[in-house]
Amino acid sequence: MDNNIAVSLRHITKAFGSKVVANKDVSMDIHEGEILALLGENGSGKTTLMNMLSGIYRQDSGQIYVHGSEVHITSPKDAYDLGIGMIHQHFKLVDVFTATENVALGMDKKTTGSYKDLTKAITEICDRYGFDIDPKQKVYNMTVSQKQTLEIVKTLYRGANILILDEPTAVLTPQETDKLFAVLRNMKADGKSIIIITHKLNEVLAISDRVAILRKGEYIGDVLTSEATVQSLTEMMVGQKVELDIERPEVEDKQLRLTVDHLTCLDKYGVTALDDVSLEAYGGEILGIAGISGSGQKQLLEAIAGLQAAEAGASIQYINPDTGKREELIGKSVTQIKKLGVALSFVPEDRLGMGLVGAMGMADNMMLRSYKKGRSMFTDRKAPRELALKVKEELEVVTPGIQTPVRRLSGGNVQKVLVGREIASDPTVLMAAYAVRGLDINTSYTIYHLLNEEKKKGTAVIYVGEDLDVLLALCDRIAVLCDGKLNGIVDGRTATKEEVGELMTHLKGKEATA
Amino acid sequence: MAANTKETGKEPLFHIVKRTDLPMWKSWLIRIGAVVASLIICAVIIILLTGDNPIQIYGTMVKGAVGSPRRIWALLQGVAMLLCIALAVTPAFKMRFWNIGAEGQVLMGGLGATACMILFGKTLPAPLVLVLVIVVSIICGAVWGLIPAIFKAFWNTNETLFTLMMNYIAIQIVSYFTYIWSSNKGNNVINTINVDTHAGWLELPPSIDKYGYMLNVIIVGALTVLMYFYLKYSKQGYEISVVGESENTAKYAGINVKKVIIRTMIISGALCGVAGMLLVSGTDHTITPNTAGGRGFTAIMVSWLAKFNPLFMVLTSLLIVFMQKGAQEISTVFGLNNSFSDIITGIIIFFIIGSEFFINYSIKFRAKEVEAK
Repeated sequence: MDNNIAVSLRHITKAFGSKVVANKDVSMDIHEGEILALLGENGSGKTTLMNMLSGIYRQDSGQIYVHGSEVHITSPKDAYDLGIGMIHQHFKLVDVFTATENVALGMDKKTTGSYKDLTKAITEICDRYGFDIDPKQKVYNMTVSQKQTLEIVKTLYRGANILILDEPTAVLTPQETDKLFAVLRNMKADGKSIIIITHKLNEVLAISDRVAILRKGEYIGDVLTSEATVQSLTEMMVGQKVELDIERPEVEDKQLRLTVDHLTCLDKYGVTALDDVSLEAYGGEILGIAGISGSGQKQLLEAIAGLQAAEAGASIQYINPDTGKREELIGKSVTQIKKLGVALSFVPEDRLGMGLVGAMGMADNMMLRSYKKGRSMFTDRKAPRELALKVKEELEVVTPGIQTPVRRLSGGNVQKVLVGREIASDPTVLMAAYAVRGLDINTSYTIYHLLNEEKKKGTAVIYVGEDLDVLLALCDRIAVLCDGKLNGIVDGRTATKEEVGELMTHLKGKEATA
Repeated sequence: MAANTKETGKEPLFHIVKRTDLPMWKSWLIRIGAVVASLIICAVIIILLTGDNPIQIYGTMVKGAVGSPRRIWALLQGVAMLLCIALAVTPAFKMRFWNIGAEGQVLMGGLGATACMILFGKTLPAPLVLVLVIVVSIICGAVWGLIPAIFKAFWNTNETLFTLMMNYIAIQIVSYFTYIWSSNKGNNVINTINVDTHAGWLELPPSIDKYGYMLNVIIVGALTVLMYFYLKYSKQGYEISVVGESENTAKYAGINVKKVIIRTMIISGALCGVAGMLLVSGTDHTITPNTAGGRGFTAIMVSWLAKFNPLFMVLTSLLIVFMQKGAQEISTVFGLNNSFSDIITGIIIFFIIGSEFFINYSIKFRAKEVEAK
């Protein structure tokens, strides 16, 4: 076997039960000193494949070779012993421990040496690759980006020279992503192999040397990044030609639907999360909400939905499109708002923790927002079942059946179920938070299309997004939040990415804060 | 057999794979297989420890449980009482409210029944006393469930500790009243209440119901069906499932979480009150601090084993009561220590619970050495 091949997978097959084949006869190589992007749609088996490499799963058949010799990885510890480390999407850190303590966790004192030695070793790793981390800082004080850095440091400290990163940029701001990529390049220069799982094609093009593509659990092939384009990668991934332009249909008749005045909200710790925000949403337009994550987007949407208390002096008014009557929404519960005849749909950020019941099937989830309908003591089971079948068919939800717990579906399918239900209730206001987070291209475009359809019907769509390219292509107006304050509203047709980025990071009328 | 880790290591002998699609009949086959396996293991232990013939012992157990009409009715009564309490804790459990206070709630229900029978038995007409018995015992049980629910809903106290401690309070209250109402001052025993008038007795004429258990069985049977439909098809049952799964989702759906917690615990406590009433007014016609007899805890197991499905609970409670009755019989017939029957019961239940592992997971053994192609 070639000397500079770090890992090679041969004929790997892994099935969950007899129906779901996650990986089918996958054979691929990872070279030393390269950044390999592993690309594929939701449910194409990327994470499963990497989990087998890092000892979380075990393949049903096939072999893994590391540096030419066959290995049997049965636990994450085996993987570490072979120099393979994985940074998962959900961090595995102990909040109340410091960075150093987290690195020491599960290690033998004989190998780590004293606390001081360990701290020194961590500092050395940081200096070598350009990580920015304080060994004494507690994890609960860290930002998401710092936590991720700590995970990487932890992996490196354990001697990993093959690193797997599962969607590392999903939770990062553009600036943090740049920083991460710089570090990855340093590590590559040091001879480490890096596998990065991602959906974002522009990032694939920016960071990787080679792209390997999986489709429906099968290995499609690899291409050198220098020879690939967004279009070519998409086609390999999806298996057919895909239109990559986002539509922005024009709607002539725009009606004021929702006004938010002087809205101030506290988060659960009593800190001001949303500070005196006023804005308007019109039927027949998509209002984008941009901002670094945690700038008050969650509170804004939840306040409108009746889930978040507002401070005194605020007003949220809904203008009924049929009667023109104004309804005050502040201080009303979800049920009360519904009783006022406000057709409000809400796709929350936390799909399984808020929008859906993970243990229930599609059919039971369909009635989550409408089960109270009618005077009978019993739930109507027929309508939700029909709706579930309709959503399954129209949005091409991949599920063994409408009674299968939605928790078992892949992220994209979970989102289709949620969006499908919210749109089915014929809303006049549709709020969607990070509706395409973690979704593959095909599903993302399905969602954009659905939002546009709602807009054409005259619905006021409020779309909280993180991808500026998408916001600028999809939205009519974009309201930019910065640190809980409304920092400006721009026109989606004329604004530039730089302009929005500037509004996201620098509060107007204040000195720039680096 | 230890898993090898190094590069030179061999593939481990087996690995565990999660199943997702086991057909119903196969999972029942596994469960039945587990029971058979446990009986074999028990047989070995019986021979080793006692030298008795295991077949004889099993035969005696069956005889002890269903050997005569009286025993069959006693078995059904035992199943009915256990099942009633299991039904009571189930809505709370589905809501992830760990009500382990059924013991106390049953006792309070029983105490309510006792109080009505003693205080009004001589003064009010018998049918009116019975109505009072039913209403008061349900209220007493419900209140005992309501108290921890209020604290949970408004101050998020730990319901497990709270309901557990409420048990001890209930036991002490019942002890106090058995002293107060004891038939001969100081011996702490209340003789059969209203033995002459039967005021407050829940019974069918002896011509229909020879052993006095039939009404209890019928009532609990009806409650089982009601609970099944309540949990599965009613709006309130749906709310319980949603709250149990995620409070955030419940709020998002416009469910008043506090209201659901309180309402569900009232139902849970009220059903325990019914169980207490059936025990006192339906069969015992007296009360002791031991009237619930640990059923409040056994019921938790019944409910879990049946995965909170009221219809399956009929089977799980039957199994447990059958084992208990059979075990009592072998300890008297063979002169074996009571603990011995506990050992057998323990082994069988261990196997049944353990079989869930084989239903959820399968074990794949290493394939015969084949050269990689």
